[in-house]
Amino acid sequence: MKLFSSIFNFKRSGEPGAVIVPFVALLFVVTLFAALGNLVFPEGSVLHVSTYSITLLGKYLCYAMLALAVDVVWGYCGILSLGHAAFFALGGYGMGMYLMRQIGDRGVYGNALLPDFMVFLNWESLPWYWFGFDHFGFAMLMALLVPALLAFVFGWLAFRSRVTGVYLSIMTQALTYALMLAFFRNEMGFGGNNGLTDFKDILGFSLQSDTTRVVLLAITSLLLSLLLILSHAIMKSRFGKVIVAVRDSESRARFLGYRTERYKVWLFVYSAVIAAIAGVLYVPQIGIINPGEFTPINSIEIVIWVAIGGRGTLVGAVLGALLVNYAKTRLTAIFPEAWLFALGALFVVVTLFLPKGLFGLAGSIRKKLLPSPAAVKEVKS
Amino acid sequence: MNRYRCHYLLSNSLKLLFGFLLFVFSSFSYSQTIAELHHELTNVTLSKTKSVLEKIVQTDDETNLHLFETMLAGNLYFDTSDHSLLVLEKVDGVEQIKDFYSAEVRAIDRSDAKKIRVNNALRTYLRASIARIQLTAKDDTVRKEAVESLYKKVDKTTFATVVELRSQETNKAVQSAMDLLIDMNDAQFNKNEQQRIAAINRLAKSLEPAVRNMLVTIANQTEVPKVAAAATQALQTIEAKIGFYNKLDTVFFGLSLGSILLLASIGLAITFGVMGVINMAHGEMIMLGAYTTYVVQLLMPNHIDQSIIVAIPLAFTVSALVGIVIERGVIQFLHGRPLETLLATFGISLILQQLVRSIFSPLNRQVNTPSWMSGSVEINPVLFITLNRLYIFFFALIVFAALLVILRKTSLGLNVRAVSQNRNMARALGIKTARVDALTFGLGSGIAGIAGVALSQLTNVGPNLGQSYIIDSFMVVVFGGVGNLFGTLVAAFTLGIANKLFEPMVGAVLSSILVLVFIILFIQKRPKGLFPQKGRAAE
Repeated sequence: MKLFSSIFNFKRSGEPGAVIVPFVALLFVVTLFAALGNLVFPEGSVLHVSTYSITLLGKYLCYAMLALAVDVVWGYCGILSLGHAAFFALGGYGMGMYLMRQIGDRGVYGNALLPDFMVFLNWESLPWYWFGFDHFGFAMLMALLVPALLAFVFGWLAFRSRVTGVYLSIMTQALTYALMLAFFRNEMGFGGNNGLTDFKDILGFSLQSDTTRVVLLAITSLLLSLLLILSHAIMKSRFGKVIVAVRDSESRARFLGYRTERYKVWLFVYSAVIAAIAGVLYVPQIGIINPGEFTPINSIEIVIWVAIGGRGTLVGAVLGALLVNYAKTRLTAIFPEAWLFALGALFVVVTLFLPKGLFGLAGSIRKKLLPSPAAVKEVKS
Repeated sequence: MNRYRCHYLLSNSLKLLFGFLLFVFSSFSYSQTIAELHHELTNVTLSKTKSVLEKIVQTDDETNLHLFETMLAGNLYFDTSDHSLLVLEKVDGVEQIKDFYSAEVRAIDRSDAKKIRVNNALRTYLRASIARIQLTAKDDTVRKEAVESLYKKVDKTTFATVVELRSQETNKAVQSAMDLLIDMNDAQFNKNEQQRIAAINRLAKSLEPAVRNMLVTIANQTEVPKVAAAATQALQTIEAKIGFYNKLDTVFFGLSLGSILLLASIGLAITFGVMGVINMAHGEMIMLGAYTTYVVQLLMPNHIDQSIIVAIPLAFTVSALVGIVIERGVIQFLHGRPLETLLATFGISLILQQLVRSIFSPLNRQVNTPSWMSGSVEINPVLFITLNRLYIFFFALIVFAALLVILRKTSLGLNVRAVSQNRNMARALGIKTARVDALTFGLGSGIAGIAGVALSQLTNVGPNLGQSYIIDSFMVVVFGGVGNLFGTLVAAFTLGIANKLFEPMVGAVLSSILVLVFIILFIQKRPKGLFPQKGRAAE
C-alpha cells in the first residue's frame, strides 16, 4: 500500500520525480500522434508518419528503457554495470526464439520442426532448451527469468564478497564478453554469427503490417511509462532510501544494520529485468537479434546515454538515450565517419564538464533563475 | 656389427673395387669429357645406355644429379638435329622445351625433340645413383636429408649404399640418421629374431613419424609373437614420449600467449595498479605501437630486418607522448574518480580508433616479419619452437625486468611509489605530483606501444587490435593483484598456460570463456587478486 501511495506522491518541482508526470503525458501524446499519423493519414499528407519513423521511435524507446535500467543501478546505487547489454540481448534472444518458432515451415528449407540455421548445420532435433518456446507465455517467462537469474547469481556472488567500484565494472564487462564469445559459436544453437532473423509474425499478427508495428510501439511506450513510474516509486520508498545510503557510504549503511548486499542484489535483478524487457520489445520491432548486441561497446554506450541525460534522475537517463540515439541516426546518415568522433568527444566532455548531465545542468540553471522552495530550504539549513 | 651387414659391406666392397678398375681402365683407354658423354647418351641404344650412364657417374660432374632426376622422370629429350640435351617441362599444363644446361626455353618443334628412353632396369640404376650422389654430397645437411628421405621407403641397392657409407661417415647427425635407417631395415627384414628385437628396442628412442608408422605395421602384422610384443612396447614408449613433448609444446604455447598478455597488461599494471587510473584507451596505445611499426616498415622497405629495432623506441615514444597528452588533458581533472576516468578514456579510445580508421583505412595492415625472426627451431621431430614466439617471450621478460629496475632503482620510480602510497604526504615532501603522474602515465602508455610492436609480429594490424586485448589485460591485472608487478607476471603466464591447456579439450573460444568464468569466480573469493597489497598502502 505504501508503494502504491508513493507512486502518485510526486514531489515538488525541482526534484527529478516532478517531471515524470509531464514526461509520461508527452510520451502518450507523441505515441498517439505517431499512431494516428501512420494509420489514419495517407501518404503525402503533412501529418503522415512513415513506418520507418514508427520503427525508429520504437527502437529509441527500447534504448530509453535500457538507459532507465542502468540509471537505476548506477545513478542510485553507484553500481557501474558495463554488462547491461547482456541482459538486453538475453531478453532479445528469448523473444527471438519465440519468433523463430512462429516461422514454422515458411523458412527457406520449409522445415516445420527446426529453424533454418539448424537444418543448415544438419541438426537432427531441437535442443532441449528450445522446447516450450512455441508458447508465447513460456517464452516471455524465460526471456525475463534467465536474465534475472543471471543477474541474481552474478550479483549474489559479487556483492556478497564485496566486489565494488572499478572491479565490479570490469567483471560485468568480462561477463558480457564471455557471453558474446559463447553466442558467436554455432554449436550454441542460437544461430551463431547470424543470430536469429527472418521473423514472420507474432501471436498471429504479421510483423510486416503497420498496425502490428504501431501496436508494438504503443506497448513499448506504455511499458516505459509504467517502469519509469515504478522505478520512481521504488526510489522514493524505504528500499530506495537504503539504496541511496549504500551508494553514499556502504560501510555506514552496513554498520547501521542493513544487509547492504541483499539490497544491491535485488536492485540489480530489478534492473536486469528492465533491460530484458527492453530486449524483448526491441527484437520484433527491429527484426533481428545477433551476438553483436553483446559487444562491450554497446554496454558502455548505454552508460554514456545515462551520463549525458543525468544519472540518478530516471527521466534524465531516458531523455539522454533518446537524444544521443537521435543524434546518432542523424550523424551517421550525414557523416558516417564522424559518429565515433562525436561519441568519443561526448564521453570526454560530459565527464569533464557535465558531471550531472544535461538534466543537472537544466536544474542548476533553473535554480539560479528562480530559487525553488527546496533550494531555499537548503540555503536556510 | 651383425653378419647381415657384413655381407652387404663385402659385396659392396667388391662392387666398388670393380668400379674402380673400370674407371682406371676407361681413363686409360681415353678420357671423355662430360659433353662427349652427354652426346653419346643421345646416340646409344637402350641396351648400351647403362654403360654410358656408368661413365657419366664416374665424372662426378655437378650436372649429374639434375640429369639423372630428369631422366628418371622421363623428361630428358634431345634435339634430333644437333643432338643437344633438352628438358620437357609442363608449366600450367603447357609443355615447354628447355635447354638442359641453360634452362632457357628453346623454340624448337615438338617433333624434332626425341625422348631418351628408359626401362625398368635403368630406372633402378638411376634411383640408386641419385641416392648415391645425394648420400655422398659435401654438405652435411644434404646428406642427412638424403638419409631421412629414405625412412619412408628404401630399396635394397640404396640401403646397401647407406650401409657402406656409414663406416666413412664423420658427421654425428648423419651417422645417427644412418643408424636409424639401418635399425629400421633390421626391424623389418632381419631373419635373426634376437637382432630384430634388439633393433626394435633401439628404435623405441626415436620420435620419427616414419619409425612410428613402421612399428605399428610390425605390431599388427608380424607373425612372430615376441617381435610383435617388442614393437608394441616400443610404440608405448614412443607414445609416452610424444605425449610428454606435446605437453611441453602446449606449455610453450601457453608461455608464448602469457608473454603477450604480460606485454599488453604490464603498462596497465602501472597506470591502473600504481596510479589507480582506469585507462580504457590502453588497448589503443598498443594499437598505436603496432601502427608505428607498420609506418616504420613503409619508410624503410629495404631494411625490414632492422625495422623492428627502429620501431621499438619509436613506438615507445609515440605512445608515451599520446599518453602524456591524455593525462594532462583529461585524466588529471578526474583524480580520485575512477569510474569517470573509465568513461573519459573510453571516449578517447573511440576517437583514436576512428582516427586510425580515417588515416590508415579500416582494413587490416600486414606487418612483415624480419628474416631473423621467422622460421623455427627443431628440438626433435615432434617439438618445434617458432622463433618469433621465442623472441617475444624473452622480449617480454626483458621489458618486465627493465620496468622493475625503473621502479626500484631510479628516482622516478621512488617518486612514483611515494605518490601511489600517499599522494598528500608526497606532495608535502616536495614531490611534484603532477609531473610524476604525467611521467607514470607516459611510461605505462609507452610500454603498451612496445607491446604493439611485438603484437604486430603475430597478428594483422587493424583499428580493433587494442580492443581485443583490453579485457584480457584488465583480467590479468585484477587476477594478479592490483599494484603488484610480480602478480601481473604470474597472472599473465598462469592465464596463458591455462588457456592453452583447456584449448585441446574444449576448443579456443570455450577455453577463453572458461578462463573468464574462472577469474570471475576467483575474484569472488579473493577480491584483491592473487597477491593483494598489504598494510596501509591498501586503501
